[in-house]
Formats: sequence, structure tokens, C-alpha cells
Amino acid sequence: MISAPDVVAFTREEEREEPPRAEPPLPEEYSVPLLPFGGPGANPWSKVAGSKFSRDFILISEFSEQVGPQPLLTIPNDAKVPGAFDLNYFSLRIMSVDYQASFVGHPPGCAYPKLNFVEDSKVVLGDSKEGAFAYVHHLTLYDLEARGFVRPFCMAYISADEHKIMQQFQELSAEFSKASECLKTGNRKAFASELEKKLKDLDYTRTVLHNETEIQKKSNDKGYYTTQAIEKANELASVEKSIIEHQDLLKQIRSYPYRKLKDPDFHPYEPECGLDQANVSCEQDLATSELAEPDETHPYVPSYTPKLIKAKSAKCFDKKLKTLEELCDVYFFTQTLDQLHQIERTFRGDVCYLLTNQISRALLKQQSVTNFLFEDASLLDEKAPEKQYRGCQRLSQDPGNRKCLEELPTPKVVISLGSYKSSVECVPIKMEQEIEDSQDPVMAESITFEQQDNLDYLDADIKGSISSGESIEVLGTEKSASVLTKSESQASLPISPSPQVGRSKVGSRRTVSEDSIEVLSTCPSESLIPEDFKASYPSAINEEPYADDEEGGLHFSPKLSLDNADEQEDGSKQENLLQVDSACCIGKESPGFLEPLAELGAKACEDEDGVVSIPPQPLRPPEQGLHGPFAGYHCPDSASAGLLSYELDPRYLAGSRDLSKTSLDECSDTTSYISSAASTCSEPAPSPAHAALPASERHKKKAGQNALRFIRQYPFAHPAIYSLLSGRTLIVLGEDEAIVKKLVTALSIFVPNCGGCAKPVKHWVTSPLHIVDFQKWKLIGLQRTVSPAGANMVHALGRYSRYISVLDADSKTLRGPLYRGALVPRLADHRTQIKRGSTYYLHVQSVLAQLCSKAFLFTFCHHLHLPISERESEESVASRRMNFLKLHLGLANEDVKIVQYLAELLKLQYIQEPEQGGNPLLRFDYVPSFLYKI
Amino acid sequence: KSSVQTIGEEQIQNPYTELLVLKGHQDIVRFLIFLFESNLVSMSNDVVGIFEMLTFIFLVFIFQTGEKLFELHGHTHKITAIAPFFSSGASGENDQLILTASADRTVIIWDCSSGKQIQKVSCFHSTVKCLTVLQRLDVWLSGGSDLCVWNRKLDLLCKTSHLTDAGISALLELPKNCVAAAVGKELIIFRLIDRPEGWNVVEVKRLDDHQDNILSLVSVNDLTFVTGSHVGELIVWDALDWTKQASECNFWDSSLHNDAQPEIKLSQSPNETSVQHLTSDEECVFAAVGKGNNVYNLQMKRVIACQKTAHDSSVLHIAKLPNRQLTSCSEDGSVRIWELREKQQLPAEPVPTGFFSMWGFGRANKQANQAAKKTQENTTMYFLELVGDLIGHSSAVQMFLYFGDLGLATCSADHLIILWKDGERESRLRSVTLFQKLAQNGGSQIKF
Repeated sequence: MISAPDVVAFTREEEREEPPRAEPPLPEEYSVPLLPFGGPGANPWSKVAGSKFSRDFILISEFSEQVGPQPLLTIPNDAKVPGAFDLNYFSLRIMSVDYQASFVGHPPGCAYPKLNFVEDSKVVLGDSKEGAFAYVHHLTLYDLEARGFVRPFCMAYISADEHKIMQQFQELSAEFSKASECLKTGNRKAFASELEKKLKDLDYTRTVLHNETEIQKKSNDKGYYTTQAIEKANELASVEKSIIEHQDLLKQIRSYPYRKLKDPDFHPYEPECGLDQANVSCEQDLATSELAEPDETHPYVPSYTPKLIKAKSAKCFDKKLKTLEELCDVYFFTQTLDQLHQIERTFRGDVCYLLTNQISRALLKQQSVTNFLFEDASLLDEKAPEKQYRGCQRLSQDPGNRKCLEELPTPKVVISLGSYKSSVECVPIKMEQEIEDSQDPVMAESITFEQQDNLDYLDADIKGSISSGESIEVLGTEKSASVLTKSESQASLPISPSPQVGRSKVGSRRTVSEDSIEVLSTCPSESLIPEDFKASYPSAINEEPYADDEEGGLHFSPKLSLDNADEQEDGSKQENLLQVDSACCIGKESPGFLEPLAELGAKACEDEDGVVSIPPQPLRPPEQGLHGPFAGYHCPDSASAGLLSYELDPRYLAGSRDLSKTSLDECSDTTSYISSAASTCSEPAPSPAHAALPASERHKKKAGQNALRFIRQYPFAHPAIYSLLSGRTLIVLGEDEAIVKKLVTALSIFVPNCGGCAKPVKHWVTSPLHIVDFQKWKLIGLQRTVSPAGANMVHALGRYSRYISVLDADSKTLRGPLYRGALVPRLADHRTQIKRGSTYYLHVQSVLAQLCSKAFLFTFCHHLHLPISERESEESVASRRMNFLKLHLGLANEDVKIVQYLAELLKLQYIQEPEQGGNPLLRFDYVPSFLYKI
Repeated sequence: KSSVQTIGEEQIQNPYTELLVLKGHQDIVRFLIFLFESNLVSMSNDVVGIFEMLTFIFLVFIFQTGEKLFELHGHTHKITAIAPFFSSGASGENDQLILTASADRTVIIWDCSSGKQIQKVSCFHSTVKCLTVLQRLDVWLSGGSDLCVWNRKLDLLCKTSHLTDAGISALLELPKNCVAAAVGKELIIFRLIDRPEGWNVVEVKRLDDHQDNILSLVSVNDLTFVTGSHVGELIVWDALDWTKQASECNFWDSSLHNDAQPEIKLSQSPNETSVQHLTSDEECVFAAVGKGNNVYNLQMKRVIACQKTAHDSSVLHIAKLPNRQLTSCSEDGSVRIWELREKQQLPAEPVPTGFFSMWGFGRANKQANQAAKKTQENTTMYFLELVGDLIGHSSAVQMFLYFGDLGLATCSADHLIILWKDGERESRLRSVTLFQKLAQNGGSQIKF
């Protein structure tokens, strides 16, 4: 809502154009953006074009001890997805970079085999020949029959877009860690039960052997042992030893604390949301994987009958290794697959979508007071990956860091800077070089590519400093402050300089270097383990530090700092809030406050001066930041000035900007369209980045489309929307359920949420309405019937007419109050150039966000509601209030009521006790209704 | 065709722009009573309304928030009467009790602060139809087929002999330890005597001036009380010597009765003239008569203003608000707010035609004539102007309670209770709360 994803590229472009730069004119050949993979339908942002696969996918591979690296399965499990991409080859590549594969088995000086609870390792690597970039997550699973009891696996997220991998590293890492943890949990379970069986076998064998020896002893009275007897005794001894060994192993595996299971994020026993669909596909996956390995036997038989074990149970190579599913317990395996599907859905699509979504979600989270009004409740509840954003914020709060502040409107860059700051610090020399190197392309290339180039800097920096397991700090950037020590890692850089120097001018493409695999970075989680933990870490059996690490290692220290940041943030926000109050006081104690704006000039300036010293909080949506970047929030006067100028901008909707915007809209929409067309996936809407909610995304699109149609079709759209925004229940009356529901869907995007979890929208009602319904629902689709019951219903509508507006879908009329404001026309211009539903939806959301901020200002300005002094009369407060609404917020006529209603909702939400459900109030006005016809 | 005065959707004087619907009852809600200052509630000045219903449970709500405090179960039949019993200062206890009588021939006494049933009396021979608490004597009376006197501990102090099968329909406390009981057409005055050997209740006088059943009984001040009957008689009594001070028999359509008997029988059921409810302030008695509202001035001893058809059907409850406003609720499901205004004298015209013409074809003239006559007698003329209506219930509004500035609560046969509030005031209060909360939270708890 806050920033339309499909607008980003262009807004950046505008931003960049503003500062006049002395740069040489572009050479001829660069004046037109080069589309190296251009063809019919290609678009400049699509990096998919160069690769052999059509869309991102997840690959699970194993380093089999028998056949070497082999791909096991892909997600989505569709042969068309990898296409011509050589999975075998790529598996070989990704399996070859597991630096973590540590020795397991009999460590020197240890009597028994030890299980090593190996950390997962996370590597980013690129294969420019294949045009593939991958986040690779290595893990090891235990298998009693495997060499050293371990089987190395890896899960890789493979994308053609390098930036996506780099920028989403944290998120990917977190998600894959979860999936890996799930797998490993299942594996431990399976391993333990396997060990138990083995022990039973051994025990049985021992008994048998023992009996045999006894029998031999009895039969043998010669007083000396036969070779047979000696053999038996040896065998017995080895069995005994084996038992002890296995018991020890069992003890080790069992000692793994199952604390992880208590982690709220990790619910292996509860299917996660949207699982139905995932389940189906998982089952398919299972089915296919079973097909692939037909002779798989189900490992669990309820009552186990022990078998006799040959003394030499050698690990023979012709033996069938267990499948991944067998290794991990079917349940956990399916869980993992579900998670991986979820990951695939979350990260699919263009990285631009992902980033803007993350940013807007993070920003929305900030607006905790107002965001419930028009936002998806589901969107807010979700734990958005906002670490990156936090990082950015931390930077921007640093008062000295003006650069970041300036770049705030282009959050992407800021984010990159924020999260990779440390890498910049670590490799200063490299960086300079890089900047020099890549400066040229930036200058030379068409502006469209700037965005990518900006990112390229950063990537280049990273590439410069990364590589082996040592280069920990590169991606452990959350702790950027604490990781300045390991500069020796540079010494071990095995990177050939050629890829950077020779980097092609075109965005993300690189020349194919000799070694076609470049390890872009690794992030062994060891790097995040606090030092004292690390010290105790080598003791493999001791699970404690490991567990702690699991819980805290990845998140622990970052969280700490984040919390601190949070607190600071809150503190400063509170300050700001108080500042608002005091600012208000200053403004209002002066008699001039009640006077028109012009006389307030000096006063306002003072206020501003007092306020600007405080660094701004990105509380407002960025687009507002453009207009009132600093003072907007702190001083109502300047804020309103900003808003006013914004609103009065005649080009806002209909101007040339709008045209470009629309064309952009279409363009970017086609982008997603093309990529979806190109992908052979059966999903109808693969483009949405926030794919965790594909349904809602689709819903948005549909609602936006319907709303557009409604606006164009009905001249009385404005009063209808006004009714919704001012809290007057709108009844859509009609005979045809489909038409009514369509209208309701369309209009539902304008309905403010009353604070409950769902929007107060009822799509279809057939029974007569009561007052309670108006209290509960703000938009109702009502069936018109001809029966007596229908007459009854119409009677009820007439009776309650003061609470409702009635939109008759059949006769195309509206009965409702008059609307003469300026706000709704901006929201719903029937001559709008916007053509796409999703674009219109975003437009609505951004206008509504502005509206919310007005309502917020209005609600939280102390002196608009309470008297300044004891003796001030209620009337003067009321007049000040109206003054504020009209002059400062620039609201005309009925717009005032909209803001008042939203403010009322805000108040209710804010003062509501959490434990108390809260009775919804019905507020209404005694205003005449009019009948609108087409 | 509706002859009822209507008001458009624009109601400037109507302050009630916010409503809250309380659900919870499963049957007709018939009574609402005040319970002041429940010590349950943290804020001491909370006004608690008790909202009671036809059947066996009743609910206690806090007015401000609509929060349900208790759900009291105990009766097995519909509740017929309810009365709050506040603590007497002498005992030192500060408990508040509620008495409820039910058609299951029991009376239950409840503790308001805990919502618990304290005691249940079930020795009645008939349904108790009315309850009256005499705070002064710290006793309460129950009226059924006989009149019983009880103390706070639920000891039966004394009782009368069996009066009628129909039973006492209304009780009213009078000065000098007297009680007026409406029994059918008769009004019986009882006196309570507190002798050392025990309480006694004696019948003092029987008044049978009413032609039909007495429906309402209201005390105006220490000296006067008023009764209203089913056929539209209103009698003003002296509270000390129980003599008739004034009466208004069929005072609004006596003329009709006289010369249009058959017509009236056809068109008007007795209900249309019955005095459903009476209320009074110092100078006037307000009567809900049939579908209309009437204002009877005690000094002038005549009806000074009336609105024949204030509602579409019978008015069930009427109350005087400050600012000369009158509120009435009716079986038609609406609540209407009226304002008593002085009519500007327009000598040329017969004054009240405007209102009375709505009454019908033939009658209008007579009405007008009558009213005109009255106008001539007295210079000041009043009329009731509709200033607002509250529509929300889908069935008869049984009763409403005026909570002063807080608003109005209405209860209805549609099982709902609606709290009507002044939207402006509520909005302001919410702002105050909001800034208080903001100040409380102070620092880091709030996230913006």
C-alpha cells in the first residue's frame, strides 16, 4: 500500500534525475537501453531470459556415497521448471562447496564413534554459465548404514536473479533453517528408532551366540577350546562391543534437547496455513518420489522382531541407501516439503516485489495506531521479515548519516546499504576499486539500469570480501559493529578478479569466467555464535551450547541490538509525540492559532526550528515523505501545508505524471504477466511477490478491477463511497447474487475496518435486516425478493433509512446522503487512466493511507479535543477542531465527517482494553438522503 | 395512511447520534431500572442499569460500556415486578439488593454486588404483581391477591386478608405510612402500623371513583397523587385525606363520546383511550393515553397540550426530560422526543387545527372547536413539537430509562436493549480517555 511495487523503478528514476550531475554525455551506443535478451515479449527487468530455467525453484540434492552428487527432487516438482537446466551438473556444483562437512566417525583418541551435531552451512553461489544463482543450505542427516553415519544433503534456492539471492539472504536463510530443522528433527527420531532396532537385533544376536557358546561348552568336555569356540567367543565379544557403541550413539542422539520444538515458530505437528494446496502437491511429490524409488520399504513395523546379525555386517556398496523420506520420518518429510513449497511461493516473482512488500509491511507495522483501518489483517499479523528494514532504520536514526536520510525515498538502496554496511567497512580497498569499476557503467548505462547498478556496487563489495568459511562477517551483517576483526579473511580470498573487472555493463550479467562457479558468500552460522559458546562447542555430545546456539545463534545477538533499536525508536517516538503536544501548545496558546494560516507563518517556523533537530521517523508513508519530508509529522501546520500542496497538485491524477504512471503500471503488469506466461507453472497468478497470500492478492486484483468498473459505470459512485468511508452502512440490493457479490467485493476496498479481525463486510444476506446488522456490518449485499418477506425487507430498509444508504443494483439507483467533498473524487475518478485492477487497488490504498495519516493527526492532537486552559469553553475547542479540519487538513464539507469517523475508530481502537472484545458502536447523523439515478 | 406526525431525517435537536445494541436476552425485555453506584465497578460513579426480561433471567449491564455484569438465573416463570432495595444507613451495611417477583409465585432477593441470589420466598398464594420498597420504614411490600409486608431479612411482618382474585395491580407509597393499592376499579388505602407487639396493616379507605380498571398510579408530590384508568379517566387525589381534587374524564374526546357513540365503538378500541402510563413533574402530569401524549396542568386543572396520535400504536411509557422535553415510546417500536412549546397566539385562526386536523374528517372540527374554546379561556397555549425520533427496535419498545447526560436506554420486545448516546459527548469522552491512556503509557509501551 505504501509504495506501489510497480512504480519503484520509475520513482527512483525521478529521484535520480533531480540532482544535477556533471557527467559526460552518454555515448551513442548507450543512449538506448540494451536488451540483450530482447525478443518478442521480453522485458528489461527479466533476468530469467538468460537462464535455462523458466522460474525459481528449490533443489534438494544429496552427496551420495555411492554415486556422488545427485539431485533428489525439485520444488515445484515439475519437470518443466528446471527445463533444460542441468540438475546433475548443478548438484555437483553446489555439493562441492560444502566447507562444513566435518569428520564424523571415530575421532582420534576416542573409543567410540561420536556423532557430530553439525551446523548447517549456508552458501550463496553463482554459476554464470548456467545463468543460475543459488542460495545453498547444506545439512547432514544421520544414517546408521551410511559411511560415518552421515549423509550430506543440501537444499538450494535457485534463481536467475542474483540480487534476489543476495538481498533475500537473511530471509532465505531463516526459512531454510526452519525447513532444515524440521528435517533434522525427523531424522533424529528416525535415527533413534533405527538404533533401537539395531540394539534389539544385537541383543538377540548376543543371546543366540551366548546360548550357542553354552551349548558348545557343555558338549565340549575336553578342557580346551576349539577354534570354533574361540571364533564364537570373538564374535560374542564384538557383538558386545557393538552393543555398547550403539547404546552410546543412542544416548547421544537422545540427548539432543527437543527444545526447538517449543519454539513458537516451529510447529511440526500443526499444519501451517494454506496447507491444503501444499498438501496436495506434497502428496504428488511423495507419489513421484516413491515412483522414483520403487523398492522403498516402509521402515516402521509396529512390533519389531529382532533378527540375527552376521558378525561382519559390512557396508557393502550394492546396498540400497535409504531415501530421504525414510531418513526423516514421513511426517516430517511432508512437513518439510510443505515448508519448502511455502518458501518457493514466498520468494517467487521479481525481487522488486519482494522488497517493496517487505518495506511496506515494515512501514505498516510502524503505523500500529492506524494500520488496522484499511490494511489486511492477515498482512499485519504475519511476522514480516523486517530485519533489513530495521537495519535501514538504525542507520537512518543516526543523526550524522544524512546520506541515508536523503535516500530514504528510495528505500531499496538504503536497505542494501544498511544490511551490507559491514562488508563495506571490511573491504575498503576493494570497495574503492569496485566503485571505480562500476562507476562507468552507472554513468554510461541508461537510467533504467541504475537501480540494478546500485545493487551491483553492493554485490561487488560483497564479492570482494567473501569466500571461504572464514569470511563470516560478510553476511553476518546484523552484528555489523562487532565484526570488524577478521580482516585476515581477505588474505584467503581465492577470488579471481576477472569477474568484477570484466563485469559486463548490462545489469546483472557477467562474463563467463574460467571457473564458472563463484562462491559469492558463505554465512556459516558459527559466525554468529557468541565466543563463549564457541569455546564449548567442539564437544560434540554436549548439546547445551548447540541448543542455545540453535535458538539464539542466528537471531540472538541481532535481536538484542534490534530490541535496543526498537526501544530507542519507541523512546524517540514518544518524544516526538510529546513534541507534538508541546508544539500544539505553543501553537495554540498563542491567540494566533485560531486565526488563519497566513498569520501563523512565523509561529510555524519557530515550531519547525524546534523540531527539525530531531531526526525524522519514517512514520509516514514514503510518498508523503516526499512532500513534507521533515516537519510533516511534528508540526501540524507544515504538515497540513505539505498535504495541501500535495492535494492541490492538479496533476496528481490526471496530469502527465499520471500518464507515465499508468504506462508504467501496464508495463510492470506485463512484466509479471510475461513471466507468468513464460513459466509453465499451472498457478494462475505466479507473479505476486507476497505469495504467502496468493488468494488475497488475487482478491485485491479482482476487487480493484470491479471497483474500477463500478466507478466508471455508476455516476453516483462518490456518494456510495462516501457512505462507506463515513461509516454509514451501504446496502447493495439486488436479485442476482453474482452481481451483488461483485459489487460488494468492489466496494469492500473502501470499507474501513472497525478493529476486528475481518472487514465488516457481509456479501450476501437474504433475511430482513435489523439494527444489529448495521452495528456489525458496514457493507451488506442484500437479496431482493418479490415474496411478502421481500416486502417486509423493503419496509425494514425504509424504517432504518437513516442508518443506511441503499444501492439498488437492479434499478441502478442510490439512496444516500449528499457528498460534496474533494477527497472521494480523487479516490475514485471515473476518468482515471488506471487500467489495471491491482494498480487501482494500490492507488486506493495510497489515498487511504493519506487519509489515515490525517485522521491520525486529528485524533492525536491534544488541543483539538481538550481545552487548553480550565476556563476555555467547549465551543472554542470545537471551533478550533473544525478550523483544524478545514484549514489545516484541507477538508471540505463532508470530508470532515470521513476524518471524524476514522478518528473515532482510531480512538476506539486505541482505548480499547485488549481483553475486552468491545461492542461495535453505531454512529450516525441525522442528515437527509437523496435519490441518485443514472 | 399515516396520520402520525413525522419528522424528516434531519433532526438538529436530536442529540442521540450514537447507539449501542445490547444483546443477551432471549425474550421480551420489559423493565429497566437504575442501580446507582455499584461498588463492583472500579469507577464509582458508574451508573448501572438493570435490564430485566419477561422470563426467568435478567441481566445487569454497565451503561457506559454496555458491558454485561451478571446474568441472574433463578425464576422459572416470567418476572412480573422488580424493585431495587437500597441499603438503609442505620444497619451500616452498604449493600444493594434487588427484589424480583415472578409468575412462579416466588420473590427472590439478589445481591447486586455479587450477583448472587440471597434468598427466595415462595410462600405466596398467587403471583406477586407489584413490589414497593418503603425505604423510610426499611420494609417492602408485595402485592398479589393480598398485600404482604416484609422486612429486609425477608420476615413476613403482616399481611392483609385475601382481597380479590385479580390482585393488586399497582402500589404507591403515600405519606403517613399509607399505601395506595389499585385493585381493579378500586383504589384501596392501607396504613401500616408499627406497634411494639408487631406490624399491622389496616385498610383505611376504599375509593371507587374510577369506571374501569386503574392502570397507572403516580405520586406528584407529598400532597397529591394521580391515577389513570383504562377508559381514560384521570383523577387527581389529595394524598393526605384521599379526596378527589380534580378529575378529567375522557378529557380529550368527551365530545366524541357524547355525540358519536357508535362510530367510536367501531373505530376506537378502549385501548385507545386507556391511560397506559403517567409521569409528573411539579406542575404537570404527563399521561400516555392510547396513541397520544397529554400534558395536564395541575394548577390549571386541565390539559394544556396534547398530541393525539403521537405514535402509530399505543404509547407504553412516557417520561419527562429536562428542557421541557418529553419522551414517549410505543408499540410501534419507536421512541419520540417532544418538546413542550408555547404556542404563539394567532388570534385569527382556531389554534390547534394544525394538529387536530390529522385526527380525521368529521372530528377535526369538533376538536378544533373544543380546543379553540379552551384557548379562549386561557391565554397561554402549549403544544408538543416533535424534535426527534429514535428508530432502532423492530418491535414494541416496552420502556426506556433516561440516564441524564449519559443517554437513554430502551428495551423492547425484540429482545434488545439499545443505549442511545450523544455522539459528540461520547467522542469527547473518548478523546479524554485516549489522552489519559497516552499519558499513562508514557514511554516505550506504545509503538507508533
